[in-house]
Amino acid sequence: MTSAPPSLQVSGLAYAYPDGHQALFGVELTVARGERVALLGPNGAGKTTLVLHLNGILEAGAGSVTVAGLPVAKPNLAEIRRRVGIVFQDPDDQLFMPTVREDVAFGPAAAGMRGAELAERVHRALDRVGMAEFADRPPHHLSFGQRRRVAVATVLAMEPEILVLDEPSSNLDPASRRELADILRSLDVTVLMVTHDLPYALELCPRSVVLSGGVIAADGGTQNLLCDQELMREHRLELPFGFDPRSVTAPV
Amino acid sequence: MGAGHAHTLYRAGSSPVHTLPPHCKIAAVFCFVLVVVATPREALWAFGLYAVLLAVVAATARIPAGFLLKRLLIEIPFVAFAVLMPFVAEGARVEVLGLSLSESGLWGAWNILAKGTLGVAASVILASTTELRALLLGLQRLRMPPLLVQIASFMIRYGDVITDEMRRMRIARRSRGFEARGVRQWGVLAKSAGALFIRSYERGERVHLAMLSRGYTGTMPVIDEATASRAQWTYAAALPLTALAVCLTGWMLT
Repeated sequence: MTSAPPSLQVSGLAYAYPDGHQALFGVELTVARGERVALLGPNGAGKTTLVLHLNGILEAGAGSVTVAGLPVAKPNLAEIRRRVGIVFQDPDDQLFMPTVREDVAFGPAAAGMRGAELAERVHRALDRVGMAEFADRPPHHLSFGQRRRVAVATVLAMEPEILVLDEPSSNLDPASRRELADILRSLDVTVLMVTHDLPYALELCPRSVVLSGGVIAADGGTQNLLCDQELMREHRLELPFGFDPRSVTAPV
Repeated sequence: MGAGHAHTLYRAGSSPVHTLPPHCKIAAVFCFVLVVVATPREALWAFGLYAVLLAVVAATARIPAGFLLKRLLIEIPFVAFAVLMPFVAEGARVEVLGLSLSESGLWGAWNILAKGTLGVAASVILASTTELRALLLGLQRLRMPPLLVQIASFMIRYGDVITDEMRRMRIARRSRGFEARGVRQWGVLAKSAGALFIRSYERGERVHLAMLSRGYTGTMPVIDEATASRAQWTYAAALPLTALAVCLTGWMLT
């Protein structure tokens, strides 16, 4: 399997917004196939900007992004957006169709899939997040946690190379948070998880990177990073009260 | 959580009318209304027959008469206008219950009332036997411009989300001691409306991002193909065709 290209390779990525504000200053990041990586960083570090480069919504000012060997560029955009599944923070933004089933079908149907094959794909994606029986419900009749799970299903339906989650645990009650963790662990897919929820990163991602000031400031085992008090302070990262990352056995 | 706006008009069921494909039903209702409008207003009996036809459809769809009549109340503002006509129209006058009324005005009022009521009744039956979502699919199938269908379907999806946002803003205002008592408070309400507009606009941008991320390129992919067999078309056509026969007879007799 050493020959498989990494799921995600970002090199020298820099970006400035049209108003002149520069958000990224040369980001270097490689995520191997099947890895689960947490992207940590304070507010305003450029995390969302980086995420929007991964599927070509924003165009790199300098540097490059490749997904499983395919560069993110205009002619490849359709395939790139199939390979990179982004789950946005607010499920009400992500779920824009009148029913759950149509929403999950949107991506594959946009790629030209039809009929029984499409129905099968939708069912499988909903089944993986335990929401198959809600297929015909309108999204706004579901609880927040259920909507978040459906949002994950909408990108799973595209069978992406890499799943990018923006704050997956935000606004979830502890039970929904744990259920989502179980689902994410059960998926056989590369995951990049943007989060402020450090215990969640420790629970799910063996490796973490810290994005701060528009560059990758640290890259290593999640437990090591969280235990490095100086690094944490420097990048405005704080653990919740009473949480000691040394006290738990982290996944490897 | 929304209260299920989709169910306020729709009345779930499995009658033959419910199971007809939506585009057949829309086409049938549309043709029926055209035929009714084209009927000469002097053919009083024809309108009676139309009403009977609709009653038969409603019975087939198992819609209770009370339900149908209650929904018809939406027509009242328009009826008010029709009631005025006999008083204000010109021409020959007739005495009715001691009131001097215009004859052409009476005919005009009858015309609006009869045709309007039949049209509304047909639409109410359509709405109570067809889900909102299915109606949109039907319109799409009947080649309504896709952009309009998309706008309508986003309205269904986000109506509740925006109402909810509005409710939260109202609670936030009231929690800080605001009561809308008169003109002087209108400024605050106007600013809230503006803020709501901007929030909705920004949500629109985020939704568009999410759509692009899943491969949206300007057209909605076809997910549910609405198809109708010849038998279903024939079945749906029964209503407008019978009406057409009534209409033609009406023209020949008057």
